[in-house]
Amino acid sequence: MNNGDQRRLNGELEEDEEDEENNDGLAAWERAYADERSWESLQEDESGLLRPIDNQSLQHAQYRRRLRAASTTRIQKGLIRYLYIVIDLSKAASEMDFRPSRMGVVAKHVEAFIREYFYQNPLSQVGLVTIKDGVAHILTDLGGSPESHVKALMGKLECSGDASLQNALDLVQGYLNQIPSYGHREVLIMYSALSTCDPGDIMETIQKCKKSKIRCSVIGLSAEIFICKHLCQETGGSYYIALDESHLKDLILEHAPPPPAIAEFAIANLIKMGFPQRAAESSVAICSCHKEAKVGDGYTCPRCKARVCELPTECRICGLTLISSPHLARSYHHLFPIVPFDEVSLSLFIDQQNKLPKACFGCQQSLLGPGNKPGLHVSCPKCKQHFCLDCDIYIHESLHNCPGCDSTRHSKIPTANEG
Amino acid sequence: MASVPSKLYADDVSLLMVLLDTNPFFWSSSSLPFSKFLSHVLTFLNSILLLNQLNQVVVIATGYSSCSYIYDSTSAPSHGSDQGRMPALCSNLLQKLEEFVTEDEQLLKEASAEGTPSSLLSGSLSMALCYIQKVFRSGPMHPQPRILCLQGSSDGPDQYVAIMNAIFSAQRSMVPIDSCYMGSHNSAFLQQASYITGGVYLKPQQPDGLLQYLTTVFATDLHSRAFLQLPKSAGVDFRASCFCHKKTIDTGYICSVCLSIFCKHHKKCSTCGSVFGQAQSEVPSSTNRKRKASDT
Repeated sequence: MNNGDQRRLNGELEEDEEDEENNDGLAAWERAYADERSWESLQEDESGLLRPIDNQSLQHAQYRRRLRAASTTRIQKGLIRYLYIVIDLSKAASEMDFRPSRMGVVAKHVEAFIREYFYQNPLSQVGLVTIKDGVAHILTDLGGSPESHVKALMGKLECSGDASLQNALDLVQGYLNQIPSYGHREVLIMYSALSTCDPGDIMETIQKCKKSKIRCSVIGLSAEIFICKHLCQETGGSYYIALDESHLKDLILEHAPPPPAIAEFAIANLIKMGFPQRAAESSVAICSCHKEAKVGDGYTCPRCKARVCELPTECRICGLTLISSPHLARSYHHLFPIVPFDEVSLSLFIDQQNKLPKACFGCQQSLLGPGNKPGLHVSCPKCKQHFCLDCDIYIHESLHNCPGCDSTRHSKIPTANEG
Repeated sequence: MASVPSKLYADDVSLLMVLLDTNPFFWSSSSLPFSKFLSHVLTFLNSILLLNQLNQVVVIATGYSSCSYIYDSTSAPSHGSDQGRMPALCSNLLQKLEEFVTEDEQLLKEASAEGTPSSLLSGSLSMALCYIQKVFRSGPMHPQPRILCLQGSSDGPDQYVAIMNAIFSAQRSMVPIDSCYMGSHNSAFLQQASYITGGVYLKPQQPDGLLQYLTTVFATDLHSRAFLQLPKSAGVDFRASCFCHKKTIDTGYICSVCLSIFCKHHKKCSTCGSVFGQAQSEVPSSTNRKRKASDT
């Protein structure tokens, strides 16, 4: 590109910016700062100096808070969940305070959420609902395949009209009433609008949801609204407003681990399930899910012998829930969580500096901070092994095993079946 | 800036985490003596390090009552072995291994041995995964990690949950778990581990030729694997066994609270103690589902 072109392009850009300037009354140089929010990456230390935020210790503190909250409230978990995600696609969702738009950001994170949700809750189902022009639509029915939900969502990203909380709740409540009593009914609403445009009395609808034991949670993208707060309080859900994109991501992913089970909400029951065998490599059959002839690669329903392509699913012919033992095993870590590790206090260092291990038991990383002084680290209360902060997070958030306890003979882990 | 280092760490640079089973109960009854096994493995490790100068090898010993790192090619001094005759890798590894085995024996004496003589595979798997996470954290340029389990002893049923957790975590970080099983029967744990994470499971027919199996199947990096005909998994059985009779079942009942598996309907869950209501099977839900399906 030659200089002339570039200048012309720049000129166009400036013109565009000037147009926008008239809208929000900020000069271009001011807007650069307003957009980047550069002040948010600074914090004040004890002596009042500004310095960049120490991300690692901050993240670790945040994670420990979350862990503590989880371990204190832990009773039983609702492992079989039926969740409707309601996405507000009213005019307000086209606002550009999130880039590129609220709608785009919500869709991106809902997609990540759906994948995470199925990873953590292999026996659960999700459905999608959109609100547009004051009407709620079912985008996808309750189902267990992440791909189909994501595809449907990405194909329907247009917004218009007003939002109606009541219509959405009525619709979802009607569907969730049909699910079996052992399932946990949940609604997660991504709400962009600052108002709701309802045909009747929304308070009645909220009471109906409460009666149906539907746990409603709202994540707001603009500001707190009374009716959303009221809804969440009544039904036992949570209500948060996203401050920025990363906060929104954290908020939505908080809904991925199973919530504590509440006895009145879901009645304990035995569910009949099938464990299909893999079909032989060379056998040819028409699968019941795509209605295509396939060679090998599939599972046979033990009750009606229909062929399905992937697990977990529900047999299309006889309705039996089909799973495999690894899917069940994937949920076991919710039932046998590892205890939070204790932070190793610095006073202990001075007492027994020679006895403490120099490297993390998990990854062999040195536990000594700058200047050969012991850095911040944690130790498992059971096996007394020391771990670095990174391993601490990895062990509790992804691995769900304590390498120390598993490396000693006498830590008996509650046993499940052998698969 | 990134172009030069990324060339250094091409897709054929590997980090091999070897989990070495040192369970005395297995090796005392095995047809292949431990010393021979070890000489095969040492040759194999040397050849891995020779394949690419950036390759890394980490060895974790899986004992009966403990697990420990016994060799790390990044931290070990590459020259200057004290005997002068043995390569550094061997002398370092053998020395650490001897220490480990003595310690493991000590622990074994303290505790009374009972139950199945299984090794602590879940512990060494967890350690290997922690180490791999450290490598992932070290920046965008890192070698491709994989785990190789050289296992002989039988599965310990009490480790089921821990091993499954480790398998899922490995699957999530896309780390394949290869397994070479020296025991007499197939290992269900390792079969599942390799199947789920996309690794290779192999049970050598002739343990005497172990080195050949190791170099032909497990030496190639992950990128080259795509072009090779590696042993295929021969049907992993994913059917569950019930908690009450340990029978393998086709259809069963699952407790909705704790996901325990039963082969017939019970009034109360023996694992979590929840009392079940009516013997309501999936019938109402299936009729709803069918109705809904016809609506759409």
